[in-house]
Amino acid sequence: MPDMVYMDNAASTRLDERVLEAMRPYLFESYAVATSEFGHSMGIEAKEALEEARLRLATFLKASPEEVILTSGDTESSNIALKGIALSLGGKKGKHMVTSKIEDFPVLNGARALERQGFEVTYLSVDSQGLVDMAELENAITPETILVSIQNANQEIGTVQDIEAIGKLCHEKGTLFHTDATHTWRRLEHDLGRLPVDLMTFSGHTIHGPKGIGGLFVRKGTPLGKWMDGGFQEFNMRAGLENIPGAVGMAKAAELVTREENERLKGIRDRLIDHLLSEVQATTLNGHRQKRIPQNANVTFHYVEGESITLHLDMRGIEVSTGSACFSRSLEASHVIMGIGGNHERAHGSIRYSLGRFNTLDQADVVVQAMKEVVARLREISPLSKEAKQ
Amino acid sequence: MRFPYGDKVLENFKNPKNVGKIENPDGKAIVGSPACGDMVAVYLKVDEKEHRIIDAKFESYGCASNIATGSIITELAKGKTLDEAKEISWKDASEALGGLPKIKAHCSVLAVEGLREAINNYEEKHGLIKEKKPTTVDEIKRRLKNVMNPLTGLDIVRGNLLKDVKVEEGTVSIWVDLPENHIFAANIRDEIKERIETIWDVKKVELHFNESQA
Repeated sequence: MPDMVYMDNAASTRLDERVLEAMRPYLFESYAVATSEFGHSMGIEAKEALEEARLRLATFLKASPEEVILTSGDTESSNIALKGIALSLGGKKGKHMVTSKIEDFPVLNGARALERQGFEVTYLSVDSQGLVDMAELENAITPETILVSIQNANQEIGTVQDIEAIGKLCHEKGTLFHTDATHTWRRLEHDLGRLPVDLMTFSGHTIHGPKGIGGLFVRKGTPLGKWMDGGFQEFNMRAGLENIPGAVGMAKAAELVTREENERLKGIRDRLIDHLLSEVQATTLNGHRQKRIPQNANVTFHYVEGESITLHLDMRGIEVSTGSACFSRSLEASHVIMGIGGNHERAHGSIRYSLGRFNTLDQADVVVQAMKEVVARLREISPLSKEAKQ
Repeated sequence: MRFPYGDKVLENFKNPKNVGKIENPDGKAIVGSPACGDMVAVYLKVDEKEHRIIDAKFESYGCASNIATGSIITELAKGKTLDEAKEISWKDASEALGGLPKIKAHCSVLAVEGLREAINNYEEKHGLIKEKKPTTVDEIKRRLKNVMNPLTGLDIVRGNLLKDVKVEEGTVSIWVDLPENHIFAANIRDEIKERIETIWDVKKVELHFNESQA
């Protein structure tokens, strides 16, 4: 579909051909996986590629290779972080964790699962832009707190937290800090030599890498219990056959994201936000205007419903997503929009545009024009818009 | 495009029939509220002699299945007598649309409810209510769940704006927890009256707002 405008890159991205090319030898030639460094030469070759990929990933993070463990994706990474720390410190230091109300589901539901096992979790509220309150965080941390998990940026509204300040506070108060960087990794800078972060989740499929591969940064010395049992892979922190083509692909994908690309996405984002807010009436920006990842715009169009919008857009070849309850499988309105103090009405008409490598500035204009038409059309049908116009 | 919606649903969503308002409708109803998701308004023009629906229109603040159901339900209602139209069910609407996903039942049932409420509204205004049950406080509250505070998008029951309701010998007294000079006080007053005054045994509606605030 050549004329498609795909702006749902936060859900997943199109694989970059160069990533596929990098992976190909490890699917068809060196497909073996050595279980021992004394194994056969084909397996050893593949293993070398895995360590090479790990080294490159570590270099991007300014970490050492032993601090990067490879997983099946961000869901697994965050599960390992939360449950691994619960395993190692839950019986010793305490049974308390702190997170925020607007986390993505791996952390949110991971925390809820731990609650069912007797852990206590504090869910911090956020302000109207999606930012965690530092004073509230400080009050929430107790001597029994074993982990604070606050996302680097939000999956729906794109708000970027000050993880440096959060990590610093956690360390001052003597607790570990995990951050879910699924939507910031390679889109923002991460210098883990300097950032006070103990564990960081990242993923390949959000940056045009393959699906089914992700990573977890584990700072040296972090007591992480082994949650996934099996063999001794990944420094005995994550069992399971190594996904070598995936690792090679993710490293290649990471390499292909450049500062210039991120600046370009920021330009598309700003064009979308500025034009949607100025050219469509009765709109609200969701998330912070400045503290925002380069690839996210999220706007509520009042008096209309999101699923109706996405369906009309789809008929025009534009793919986006919405926080409307009607759109979700659970029929629940977005917990993020509700978390920033929005009501069902604000979630009902919220549309997320998430950008990737293959979006262009021209597409922003196409989308703005389509939004004007679709929203006008739906507002004509809506009983609310007339009330609002009066 | 591949959706859990059939062609008929998509057609009625894309080009909904009978969209809009009817000026001076003989019967009308607004059901649902933004707070609980979708909202539908139904307007009817009725032939007084035959009690037959000669025109029906709708407005929707909802998802695709809500819009499609509003379209089909007004189509089905046109030309029918009030008694016939009252019998139109969600199942009828769903069948006429070639089937709706089950998970969307709640979005689409609202349009059916809207039609029934609009018919009820006509019957009340014309003294045609057959089942004359005495009005209760619960019935008043049920109706007030459709009165919205536009400022919050919440209806006045769920938004905790209802301080008290009393029904005594045909007089309904309602205490609203908003100042008299609230910007939407007049709207809310009109909406409440419109929904209560038509009930067969209600002679008078008394509304009490809080004192004006500076």
